[in-house]
Amino acid sequence: MTTTAKGSTNGKGSQQGHIQELERVTIRFAGDSGDGMQLAGTQFTNTSAVFGNDISTLPDFPAEIRAPQGSLPGVSGFQISFSSHQIYTPGDQPDVLVAMNPAALQTNLSDLPAGGVLIVNEDEFTEVNLRKAAYTSNPLEDGSLKSYRVFRAPISKLNSRALEDAGLGLTAVQIDRSKNMFALGLMYWMYSRPLETTTHWIDEKFGKNPTIAEANRRTLRAGYHYGETTEMFATHYHVPSAKLKPGVYRNITGNEATALGLLTAAKLAGKTLFYASYPITPASDVLHELAAHKRFGVRTFQAEDEIAAVGAAIGAAFGGSLAVTGTSGPGLALKSEAIALAVTVELPLVVINVQRAGPSTGMPTKTEQADLLQAFFGRNGEAPVAIVAPATASDCFNMIVEAWRIAVKYRVPVIFMSDGYLGIGSEPWLIPNVDEMKSLDLNLTTNPEGFQPYARDPQTLARPWAVPGTPGLEHRVGGIEKANITGNVSYDPENHNTMVHLRAEKVARIAQDIPDIELDGDATGDLLVLGWGSTYGVITTAVRRAREEGKKVSAAHLRYLNPFPRNLGDILGRFDKVLIPENNMGQLLLLIRGMFLVDAVGLNRITGRPFTVSEIENKIYELVGKPTAARKA
Amino acid sequence: MVTTERGNGAIPVQTRKDFTSDQDVRWCPGCGDYSILAQTQRVMPELGLPRENIVFISGIGCASRLPYYMNTYGFHSIHGRAITLATGLKITRPELSIWVTTGDGDALSIGGNHLLHVMRRNVDLQIILHNNEIYGLTKGQYSPTSAVGTRTKSSPEGSLDVPLHPVTIALSAGATFAARGLDIDSQNLPRVLQAAHAHRGTSFVEVYQNCNIFNDGVFDNFAAKDVRADRTILLEAGKPMIFGKERDKGIRLNGMQLEVVELGRSGVTEGDLLVHDPTIEDPILHIMLGRMGYPDFPVALGVIRDVIHPTYDQLMIDQADQIIRKMGEGSLQELLREGDTWTVE
Repeated sequence: MTTTAKGSTNGKGSQQGHIQELERVTIRFAGDSGDGMQLAGTQFTNTSAVFGNDISTLPDFPAEIRAPQGSLPGVSGFQISFSSHQIYTPGDQPDVLVAMNPAALQTNLSDLPAGGVLIVNEDEFTEVNLRKAAYTSNPLEDGSLKSYRVFRAPISKLNSRALEDAGLGLTAVQIDRSKNMFALGLMYWMYSRPLETTTHWIDEKFGKNPTIAEANRRTLRAGYHYGETTEMFATHYHVPSAKLKPGVYRNITGNEATALGLLTAAKLAGKTLFYASYPITPASDVLHELAAHKRFGVRTFQAEDEIAAVGAAIGAAFGGSLAVTGTSGPGLALKSEAIALAVTVELPLVVINVQRAGPSTGMPTKTEQADLLQAFFGRNGEAPVAIVAPATASDCFNMIVEAWRIAVKYRVPVIFMSDGYLGIGSEPWLIPNVDEMKSLDLNLTTNPEGFQPYARDPQTLARPWAVPGTPGLEHRVGGIEKANITGNVSYDPENHNTMVHLRAEKVARIAQDIPDIELDGDATGDLLVLGWGSTYGVITTAVRRAREEGKKVSAAHLRYLNPFPRNLGDILGRFDKVLIPENNMGQLLLLIRGMFLVDAVGLNRITGRPFTVSEIENKIYELVGKPTAARKA
Repeated sequence: MVTTERGNGAIPVQTRKDFTSDQDVRWCPGCGDYSILAQTQRVMPELGLPRENIVFISGIGCASRLPYYMNTYGFHSIHGRAITLATGLKITRPELSIWVTTGDGDALSIGGNHLLHVMRRNVDLQIILHNNEIYGLTKGQYSPTSAVGTRTKSSPEGSLDVPLHPVTIALSAGATFAARGLDIDSQNLPRVLQAAHAHRGTSFVEVYQNCNIFNDGVFDNFAAKDVRADRTILLEAGKPMIFGKERDKGIRLNGMQLEVVELGRSGVTEGDLLVHDPTIEDPILHIMLGRMGYPDFPVALGVIRDVIHPTYDQLMIDQADQIIRKMGEGSLQELLREGDTWTVE
């Protein structure tokens, strides 16, 4: 065993067992997609969450379920940042990289800053694996890792030894599969995490298979003890609990929060939830989650294609259900004709778009925000819909309930714009009390007296929701233009003009019903950084740092995109400059410039990954000048 | 499906007029759709359903205008997708009687995928496919059921595509009910519609419908009044397959092939003929009967297949019920708190 570097960041203490307290640590687990890195990352996340840290995660995995073993495209990563104070991002760069093979090292090393901790499974650095990872020489031996603190551990061998002797009768493959638990145990020791959360999980997961359960427990402990007993790590670290708002918390991904929010909306409405979807990355988890919860009044329908899914949802909406269809970008494109139908028949419908990198198939497992204009305009004719976007993983819960409130009250389709980063990323969630949430009044029409299918509510312009089975309200709807009030087929030119305006006005009036956009920072200043969707964390962090540097910078984040909050124009006018960072070519930027005549500038990076804080911070300084004083830590 | 009987007090006695909406019917004068609409409106009162529990859903095309003329709930959707809307509605509102009105282009071309999947799922719907072998609403292009060589504006030298055979497709995809009618056949078509309603599961009905503007007389070679008796056969459960004006011809199975035989000739008796059994599980014979066509065979009308399989909508309810029986209704608050939680004081 060799350690090429020893010691800790502040040079304090090198004796074994020294515990150093840290505010925040970011770890990235990287290995072959068969190595169980997502699992190790998730377990580390849950343990840290239960421990009381604030957390933020960024899973990063290939679209191929099993790319060739040891190959570069087969590398799967999971980054988790955990902290003793509130954090908004999974960290720009990891402090620690766990590389389970050469390919993982090759693809991830460039993100590790100089001085960072690198833990490698040296057993996998064989000639074959090095070749697969396009290394011409072994980086563990050629001196190319000099600027990192490298810890070599024979993880594969140690894992095998821990399990072979146990007499569990495991196959070599089964043993090898457990090595992620060894690595996890090692990291638990290094960061003073308890093993209980994971051992509890192992008991539940492998309850029916005691041998596998025992193997996992054993190798997890072996990894932990290895850290404890070897002199490999001079120091281990402690990240104290964060001070979060009081209450009961759990860790949650955006897709889980979306699914739970849907169930909650249905409960608040006292209605069956209908979820129709066609499998698509990264939205399928919402379908999986709901399919598992039939006890909670949900019917899930895995349709034959995207169009069938939205069609079924519209049929269910016609029948008075809370109907939802979920997809990702290419699926939204396929659904666009049917969404326009929902616009014109004026039925409540929620469409979930967990955006991914496009165009076309693009990069299915990577995040992007490039469907905003598709959501706004991707239909034939004048077909306005309401659009909302969650800002964080747990915010998916709030915003999907909001989507429902708007859809029902205004009888309008609402597109919910999540993305891959929010969908699979996780954070602690303060669990709400459902009993304290406002009920959702569907306001179904039942009175046949003077019933007209396209009569309008004077305040919202919504038409009646009159569902089959209600006597005396038999009526016909459809995609052909309808006469206002009567709902009869109409080709009358003036009526069409009226209806186009009514449908637009109806969506515009939602603005009277949504909260004002809030400012993070002063009400006026040199620069406003405006964002939407998953950029919330990085923008907030970057803007607060810039303010600490004395810059007059504020942030505002849009959760409601169509219509915009009423005070947006006012807010935009209070700053000299407006910056809009987006993981697209400037889609919100185009809308803001066009609608408010504001000379906003964009920061546009489309890498399939979220922005880093420093990317945004640098752009801020480019616009308002570099900080003069030395940066605070 | 609602089984309330007509006149039991819950539902007032209904007539065809109760099912006629106040909208002007806008098909071309002489269109076969008029007749199909009339038979449909005539059959509705006989089903014993509260009018508010009936829904007509259509796609796009001439036939798809039909819901506007029915005084029931109706949804005129988009091209090819009526079946998807009907599926979503049936899953969530299984007590409704849902009728899909579609055409050959709507069901077999743009909506072909959905037609296959609704059959294999056996969602409890009635699908009435008006087959006129032409695109009428777009003014006369060849359709997926047009015969090879059909000359239209989009195929001036004759169409090249081999036509799809609707009943074969339905049966191959697992249809539990398939039947056929003629637009102007006021005897058989209402009976077929009633049988479709009575069947639990997807009922597929092909109706030959004359488009007198763009494809006039396309079915005349077997459907015209003077030749119909000799060139069609009405399949009736439990009855030998006899047809002809003189009731002197029949269908016999010879090895793996169907053949037309003349009764009394070469010693052929009624006992040699196939007896129609729409309930056989194996669909092969039903497919063979459905594929019979002029000039070699009489075209089969009536109920070709009617077998009982569990319906998708009922299975979905059963699944949910089972889980609730086993585990009880879920507490949402508990679900939200599932997994590892921690308390911040």
